[in-house]
Amino acid sequence: MNLFKKKRYTIYSKKEIGQIQLLFPVILLVSVFSILPLLRGIYLGFTDYRLGDPISFNGLDNYVQLFNDEYFWNSFKIGMIWTLVVTALQVSLGLGLALLLNNKIKFIAFYTVLILIPWATPPIIRGILWRQMYEPNTGAVNILLNDFGLINTPINWLTNFEYVIPAVIVAGVWGEISKAAIFLLAGLQTISNDLYEASKIDGAGLWAQFWHITLPVLKPVLAAIISLTFMWNFNTFGIIWVLTQGGPGGMTRLPMLAAYEEGFRYGYIGYAAAIGNVMVIILSVILFMYIRVQLRERKES
Amino acid sequence: MNLKRFFAKGSIHLLIVIYIIFLLFPLVWVVSSSLKSTPEIYSGTPAILPQQITFEHYISVIEGQQVFRTMWNSLIVGIISTILVLLIAVPSAYAMVRYKSIVNTGILGWILVSQIFPVILVMIPLYVLLRYIGLTDSLVGLTLIYVVWSLPFVLWMMHGYVKSIPIELEEAAVIDGATRTEVIFKVIMPLLLPAIGASALFSFISAWNEFFFAFVLMKSPTLATLQVELARYTGMEGQARTGPLAAASVIATVPSVILFIFMRKWLTAGLVSGALKG
Repeated sequence: MNLFKKKRYTIYSKKEIGQIQLLFPVILLVSVFSILPLLRGIYLGFTDYRLGDPISFNGLDNYVQLFNDEYFWNSFKIGMIWTLVVTALQVSLGLGLALLLNNKIKFIAFYTVLILIPWATPPIIRGILWRQMYEPNTGAVNILLNDFGLINTPINWLTNFEYVIPAVIVAGVWGEISKAAIFLLAGLQTISNDLYEASKIDGAGLWAQFWHITLPVLKPVLAAIISLTFMWNFNTFGIIWVLTQGGPGGMTRLPMLAAYEEGFRYGYIGYAAAIGNVMVIILSVILFMYIRVQLRERKES
Repeated sequence: MNLKRFFAKGSIHLLIVIYIIFLLFPLVWVVSSSLKSTPEIYSGTPAILPQQITFEHYISVIEGQQVFRTMWNSLIVGIISTILVLLIAVPSAYAMVRYKSIVNTGILGWILVSQIFPVILVMIPLYVLLRYIGLTDSLVGLTLIYVVWSLPFVLWMMHGYVKSIPIELEEAAVIDGATRTEVIFKVIMPLLLPAIGASALFSFISAWNEFFFAFVLMKSPTLATLQVELARYTGMEGQARTGPLAAASVIATVPSVILFIFMRKWLTAGLVSGALKG
């Protein structure tokens, strides 16, 4: 081993292409198009910038305004409901599906291919699919409910104040179950069968196995998926844009839609950046608390 | 966990099929709408399957040309950004694994940290920057954005793959008299091919499916991407008819689904070894 270590230095002698040259494109691209814009974006959140105008620093003015902005609070509230409900449903339904797929039964490969299809569907198309499903007169949802005798008059799912939030949540969860299921399935398959065999000898039932073996071993994967999907769902834009454009009356105006409208429809770039900054802070705080709870639990067990 | 011990095989199949019905029904519905005649769609009691199959909506989409023009834009942007991402990510990932330095920690750390920032915070200054250099409403600008967009994930993925190649393989080749170039092209590249394939599919699909950046940047109808074009049909301006919109959606989804099924092999590469154990 030591012999090879010595050899290693001769293979990677300084004369050959060095690391910095190889990494140069990454460093350049990432700094020019990712790090600098982000820093700039954070800064713009403290200015009253409008496209074309000169930029002037205005301290915390944007945040004072945000604090008193009813639209923003509304959008933040709906953003939280959307993120929590979609993430919870997506992960729990995904875990259920992963547990089912983790069995050696016939057609499993075929099932997996079918299950991938919603994940492969672009967000915009997901929106179009569900718009057509919810169409009051020609959509499948009303037709099926009518066939089963559950409704008499067609419901306009996407413009009705009572139904619009559950309606967009169903559409949002639909497209994301597969992703959670496939990732969790990968996690499930790392669990050694010996653990289950041993528990079988001890006479453990289904629930005991799930609670004492599957869940503890899966915890790191589960934690990672919950954090990632939480961030992704908080940043949703496309599917809602197609389904409702944030309507009716701002009922489904997620934070990203609010920021888009402020920045690119009305041109209040500084204010939109401020919304972005608040989103970062909210996400960081939630993730920090979540990770702390995770770490504490790990220490205890 | 093996549910087979607790449930009959039939009930596992049944539960999976229930999931699949929920997951596929909207797609079946739209494919079916795309094949129904307009009177049948608006008949008030359309059935799940078309009574009579017609391709009129597909023909009207193709004759309209706009969908195909925007599809072409998406294709070009997707392919070029994928090639650029690979050209940058593969050598970089190799360099990051084989030469240890502080830069690596910085890059990997950044990949993680950047996940927390909402797209809007990147988009605003990027938009200002691109406008300054005249690259808004330009396929070049959009390609550039997509390269930066999928680079972190591809880099992360390639980094993991390169790491899994033992350095002893390279040393053995060097001892046998291979030059550095030969080591890279004859030893490393063949081993990385599956990873490169997976990364290529990933980065193409991200570009093909992406909406927000294209929506903000591309204003001329001739330069729109497919997703922007289709979203436009549902907006204020165009209450597109159900049939043609369904047909266009099917056309837009097929490439992505096919590529995904190919990618599945790599997505689930780790799963295969697990399945053998179970």
